[in-house]
Amino acid sequence: MLYTILCYHSEEAVGAWSKDEDDAVMTKLAAVQERLHAEGRLGPVARLVPTTAATTLRKDSDPPLVLDGPYAETKEQLLGFYVIEADSLEHVLDTARELGRANPGGAYEIRPISTFTTGALAE
Amino acid sequence: MTDLAWIDAALTSARPQALGALLRYFRDLDIAEEAFQDACLRALKTWPQKGPPRDPAAWLIFVGRNAAIDQTRRRSRQQALPDEDAISDLDDVEEPLAERLDGAHYRDDVLRLLFICCHPDLPVTQQVALALRIVGGLSVKQIARAFLVGDSAMEQRITRAKGRIADADVPFEAPGPVERAQRLAAVAAMLYLIFNEGYSAGPDAVEAKAPLCDEAIRLARLLLRLFQAEPEIMGLLALMLLQHSRSGARFAADGSIVLLDDQDRGLWNREMIVEGLALIDKAVRHRRPGPYQVQAAIAAMHARAARAEDTDWTEIDLLYGLLERLQPSPVVTLNRAVATSKVSGPAAALAMIEPLGAKLSGYFHFFGLKGALLQQLGRTAEAREAFGRAIALANTAAEAAHIRQHLDRLAQDHPAAGRVAAGSK
Repeated sequence: MLYTILCYHSEEAVGAWSKDEDDAVMTKLAAVQERLHAEGRLGPVARLVPTTAATTLRKDSDPPLVLDGPYAETKEQLLGFYVIEADSLEHVLDTARELGRANPGGAYEIRPISTFTTGALAE
Repeated sequence: MTDLAWIDAALTSARPQALGALLRYFRDLDIAEEAFQDACLRALKTWPQKGPPRDPAAWLIFVGRNAAIDQTRRRSRQQALPDEDAISDLDDVEEPLAERLDGAHYRDDVLRLLFICCHPDLPVTQQVALALRIVGGLSVKQIARAFLVGDSAMEQRITRAKGRIADADVPFEAPGPVERAQRLAAVAAMLYLIFNEGYSAGPDAVEAKAPLCDEAIRLARLLLRLFQAEPEIMGLLALMLLQHSRSGARFAADGSIVLLDDQDRGLWNREMIVEGLALIDKAVRHRRPGPYQVQAAIAAMHARAARAEDTDWTEIDLLYGLLERLQPSPVVTLNRAVATSKVSGPAAALAMIEPLGAKLSGYFHFFGLKGALLQQLGRTAEAREAFGRAIALANTAAEAAHIRQHLDRLAQDHPAAGRVAAGSK
């Protein structure tokens, strides 16, 4: 079964990490990802640009309204996501815990995926 | 990450909001800072055990405010000390407090905190030092290092600056729209000063001054988060990101300057470029061009060119034309002349900068460019003279060394001073 792990954290706090701290977290995460990759369980991974670069299209008005900023004003922001193959909720929770040890703070929202298209990007 | 590292990051990121709110309560910067310090000390004790609160800023405001009120009572000895337990369990107070401190309050609190650092009575370096200390939370030692002065000199500078703003009228009422826009503009200018203080460093000071660029970018992101639909703040952040993206390519291993055209673009920071370009796209939609947006758009033209020869100099020339109209200044015209020289040749560019001579007679880059243009036109003796003036005005050793390279090249190509030796190439 496919799951997505949505990564939430205070982007102000993450933005206050020093470059060394950021690099250290990324290195630890890369190690976890490498193993998931070797197990054939790692799908697409994305780290998102801070929400100050976000734009929201509100479709409930006609024509749709373009707004600066993220969809939801929250204390913690969506900063990235993983797509992970796992046997069960417990299995994906284990993976999430492992990622969490590499990158503490904030929260992961785990959501099963119903439809998944890999897509194909031009090089 | 260790406990200390994440707590430090959380305290740093909560600082502008928390200190801004405490300043609004107490209307006194010293009391507010002391209250914030107390709250931080308590956070260092409590958070490792209990974990971080959901809203660190609200926690720090609440604890800081109580600590300061407590202090005041202690000093006045009029009331019994409050029971420690009354403020030690904070989990249940976070929610209502966070509600009261809604976005609008935070916005003006942070803006006010930044704005008091831009007081017009303060010299620019004091504004920058004060903002780094008060809003950024950098230590005096860090700031002193970035300004290449001793700790005690910087301590004095900051104390003096604080004294001045304490005497000044700090406006505490919520600003109207016009005033808010004016404050935003002043704060944006100050953030760009912080950035430039870091960016203009020579190769030997890059490491010491790099935190200034990072700090300016962090504070600009904070400002944009509070004022999400301000195209000039988007432009400012984009400009800083795009300039900073080239940091790793600006100096060679031996410390010499590498010009934009010669930089290894593989060393440019792609993440910063992506963010910068995204912000310009957002800003342009507002159709309210301003100087930061135009400068960012110019920086973006370089970021978008895979190789130096792919640079769209015609577009850059047009953008500088727009910038000249928005913000006329001899330095802008000087920069435009670089683009003009690429589009229309060195003679046109030289004609453009010659009238600036009187205003820019003390400006390194004026003579550097003038020398380069004269060199391209084969006017060797005049080029040599301009380069000589440039060296005398160089701000860093690397700048002087860079011009000396030009002179060496002139000497090689034209061994006889002032005379063009035929066939020497």
